[in-house]
Amino acid sequence: MYPARFEYYRANTLQEAIHLLQQHSGAKLLAGGHSLIPIMKLRLAQPPVLIDIGRISELSGVMKTDGRLRIGSLTTHAMLAASEAVKKHCPILAEAAGQIADPAVRNKGTIGGNLAHADPGSDLPAVTLALDGVIHITGRDGDRQVNASDFFLDLLTTDLKPEEVLTAVELPALEERTGSCYLKFEHPASGYAVCGAAAIVALGGDESCERAGLCFNGVTATPYRASAVTEALAGQNLEDATIDQAVTEHLSIDDPMGDTYASGPYRVELAKVYSKRALKTARDRARS
Amino acid sequence: MTHISVEVNGKTYERDVDPRLLLVHFLREELELTGTNIGCETSLCGACTIHMDGKTVKSCTQLAVQADGSSITTIEGLSTDGKLHPLQEAFWEKHGLQCGYCTPGMIMAACGLLEDNPDPSEQQIRHGLKGNLCRCTGYHNIVKAVQYAAELMRAGNPEGGK
Ligand SMILES: Cc1cc2nc3c(=O)[nH]c(=O)nc-3n(C[C@H](O)[C@H](O)[C@H](O)COP(=O)(O)OP(=O)(O)OC[C@H]3O[C@@H](n4cnc5c(N)ncnc54)[C@H](O)[C@@H]3O)c2cc1C
Ligand code: FES
Ligand code: FES
Repeated sequence: MYPARFEYYRANTLQEAIHLLQQHSGAKLLAGGHSLIPIMKLRLAQPPVLIDIGRISELSGVMKTDGRLRIGSLTTHAMLAASEAVKKHCPILAEAAGQIADPAVRNKGTIGGNLAHADPGSDLPAVTLALDGVIHITGRDGDRQVNASDFFLDLLTTDLKPEEVLTAVELPALEERTGSCYLKFEHPASGYAVCGAAAIVALGGDESCERAGLCFNGVTATPYRASAVTEALAGQNLEDATIDQAVTEHLSIDDPMGDTYASGPYRVELAKVYSKRALKTARDRARS
Repeated sequence: MTHISVEVNGKTYERDVDPRLLLVHFLREELELTGTNIGCETSLCGACTIHMDGKTVKSCTQLAVQADGSSITTIEGLSTDGKLHPLQEAFWEKHGLQCGYCTPGMIMAACGLLEDNPDPSEQQIRHGLKGNLCRCTGYHNIVKAVQYAAELMRAGNPEGGK
């Protein structure tokens, strides 16, 4: 299986990448290649030009600055899963990245590629959304920032323009008394999420729920935020029964995706089960 | 054509390649290192696993041009001075293969696993080899082989790893 022919350029800096994108219309960026190369081999994508950004060192790595983590777009899943800063300040991201496919895929795949590709079965979109992440983008006219809630537009479609580069993801460092959990039901062959639940729970001084977040991968075309559930949990004492009731009564997903492996209604059922489990684990972690 | 220079098993190769050439085809057809197998071609089976700059990578899901300037180890590069690598010895000793098609990739993946974790549990071995499929063995003897190799490597090198 060969990809169709293309021209290949390597960018060594972000500026070079922007410049090459200006020069070659229809060009695609190549990061880890673990979403793009498979679809090019299947000829589902035939970009005339590839611009390899894989070695731009300024785009790789994790930085902590006053209460936020800034994660370079080329940071690999393996780096995220192993990073002490990510494990300490955004453990849910390390937990999700460590569940992606297998070690060889994690050594190559990047967070930027994962978000830019926006595969509904990917693990990092819902985590980024649940954390209210901010996506940093650079183009010809300079830098801009987009909230994760405005970034994912449709199946495999984001707010990125063809001539822009996703440079970093900015996430809040989770505070004391905040617990998080990413749980997924994975496709047995590919490892992609059939349903992945990202839950975050912040407890107040009296043990009640100050704030919660709950988002899913794999169930809808774009990561789904279950606001009705988390609104029902706010201010509540998070007993198991409270969580079960909030999910049962308030989780309704109108337009689930389905395929030969898992129908839409089945994915919604999975979302119910996995959100209860993920919320309870996040709560336990917040308490401990 | 794009000019690349790649170190494979300690030897540097310079070639002009078509950018769409996959790394696994470069290794097998251009360098005639046919130890690295092609199983699924869809990034799932791990038969094509190699090490690129010390990390396990599926070579069917990389372009040869992406390997420019990197250092690669394939199954052919594991043994030193005619002496089998402990993993090769262990797969032999513990019957970790039947047809052997998955074995080069399985050993390269196991090698990466043991470098990160010199004393893995059975669960960690199974998890670490998740990206490598075997149609023959049922995995049981592969796990035993990796455990045995880990023992050999710890005995030979108290620091662990290669
Ligand atoms: C066998 C297999 C199993 C997998 N299982 C999972 C899984 O369980 N969960 C999961 O989440 N993912 C999974 N993946 C996907 C993997 O995580 C990909 O690596 C990731 O989605 C894409 O990252 P990449 O760096 O490889 O991007 P690439 O493949 O290089 O690029 C993907 C797309 O994003 C664009 N792009 C990349 N970087 C940027 C950037 N900085 N700015 C703008 N556009 C950019 C590219 O142009 C391209 O369109 C799997 C992949 C394989 C091969
Ligand atoms: S041939 Fe590369 S993973 Fe199967
Ligand atoms: S020994 Fe035959 S595929 Fe593994």
